[in-house]
Amino acid sequence: MLSALLGQLVVGLVNGCFYAMLSLGLSIIFGMLDIVNFAHGAFYMLGAMLTWFALDQFGVGYWWSLLLAPLILAVAGVLVERGLLRWIYRIDRSYGLLLTFGLTLVIEGLLRYKYGVSGRPYTIPEAFQGAFNLGFMFLPKYRAWVVGATLLISLITWLLIERTHVGAYLRAATENPTLVRAFGINVPAMITITYAVGVALAGLAGVLAAPAIQISPLMGSNLIIVVFAVVVIGGMGSILGSIVTGLGLGLIEGLTKVFYPQASSTVVFFIMAIVLLLRPAGLFGRER
Amino acid sequence: MRALCFALFACAFNLLLGYTGLLSFGHAAFFSTAGYLAGYLIKLHGFPGFGILAGTIAAAALGLIVGSLVVRRQGIYFSMITLALAQLVYFIYLEASFTGGEDGLQAIPRGRLFWVINLEDDRTLYYVVLAIFLFGVLAVRRTIHSPFGQVLKAIRENEPRAISLGYDVNRYKIAAFVISAALSGLAGATKALVFTFVTLTDADWHTSGDVVLMSLLGGMGTVTGPIVGAFSIVTLEDQLSDKVGSFVTVIIGAIFIVCVLVFRRGIVGEIAALYQRVVGRREVG
Repeated sequence: MLSALLGQLVVGLVNGCFYAMLSLGLSIIFGMLDIVNFAHGAFYMLGAMLTWFALDQFGVGYWWSLLLAPLILAVAGVLVERGLLRWIYRIDRSYGLLLTFGLTLVIEGLLRYKYGVSGRPYTIPEAFQGAFNLGFMFLPKYRAWVVGATLLISLITWLLIERTHVGAYLRAATENPTLVRAFGINVPAMITITYAVGVALAGLAGVLAAPAIQISPLMGSNLIIVVFAVVVIGGMGSILGSIVTGLGLGLIEGLTKVFYPQASSTVVFFIMAIVLLLRPAGLFGRER
Repeated sequence: MRALCFALFACAFNLLLGYTGLLSFGHAAFFSTAGYLAGYLIKLHGFPGFGILAGTIAAAALGLIVGSLVVRRQGIYFSMITLALAQLVYFIYLEASFTGGEDGLQAIPRGRLFWVINLEDDRTLYYVVLAIFLFGVLAVRRTIHSPFGQVLKAIRENEPRAISLGYDVNRYKIAAFVISAALSGLAGATKALVFTFVTLTDADWHTSGDVVLMSLLGGMGTVTGPIVGAFSIVTLEDQLSDKVGSFVTVIIGAIFIVCVLVFRRGIVGEIAALYQRVVGRREVG
């Protein structure tokens, strides 16, 4: 019983990592572009599909994918931002959501058309096969790697935004883009880069997820709605908030799977409803 | 008949988006709730009128719950919360026993409306659906042109000002949400009767997205726009799904993008704008 519990907790933690990384990218993009990027789930899915495709078609392994997939997606992000999103900054924010929703349908539809909806497995890279024996439980190496990598990436992102000059510009541009522009900083370029980085983070999460789950064109949209709930619970204000909320909800989901499996897919939404009742601004959020 | 149901659904949705300025991404929840309940009751007892009524009321009740939750957050969160709550509803229907899970409710009898009108006859059913549709559209029209509707528009245009004028904005929003949910429910319940089945597709977020697109394409903030949008999309889906299969999603998505980028007033909105420009020029010349 105990080992089953701990096992589910680890699975929950791994899921929480994906929630955390996606909501992190979502908050960064929202902060800078004022757009809720519905396509985030699609980019996550693309990350995983690219990983699978690279191995299947070209024999490109996991490590290269880990580097290349986020880069490719960052380029895609630049194209999307320059080509589509740039035109709608001046109008109501809801249109951003609608536009990225349309984009999601296109990306998902194309892949579904080509590859169908069935899941594809991806072998865990050799370095991470097997498990650590912790005495009280077996910890699969790959899961440990996902958690570790997520924490590292989150830490780097946090340092980048809170402790560097570029990050300071970024935060300033979030508060008042016109003023920052008047200081001679190229805000449109920063916006593009921010979107690209956010998308790359989603892609990276996708690569990390590839060996842990079934890869299918539908995996993104199923996840993004949960991530929306995570974001509503945590608030999009802080980086730390996204990460803590993401991991925490993953754990709670894991726990629910042990004690009341039927509710495991709904528990996050229930928590969202409760949070809305008790703390409408979200756990770490401020109204905006 | 499918188009009529979706047109009513889009009109109900547009009451929120077009007239109150609230973008709900979870209207599939109301649509499917009413559909399931109506289907279930009709299967059990065989009174279509009662089933549709019960479905509508259930959707309104759900609208009240969702509405009161969702007005607690401002702006863009509105869409995300409605989407998440609709997903919650989706998963509940996936697990619940009375919905038939993945198979859905099949073989709902159409029966006789008020013991006399035989709905098994397609033509009779068509007129009944048309009547329901007209009733729904008139209800939307009536709401929009009432003082209540004016307050909603005021909220859309300038919420702080509406508050400062002493309107309890949140209560107005909830009320609009309930009306919209109830009419969506009416559409969903009617659709259950027309198709004689209800499946999880009705509760899926794609359905919520479809109805957003119908309003957007037809022209939100107009009464006739969503109807035009619904007929266009349903026709498009019918025509294309035979030929290109699942590729239809790509086309729908592309229409979405084009609408947002260049076509924000929608078909009816653009025609109205064009008309105004022509008429305006005449006055000057």
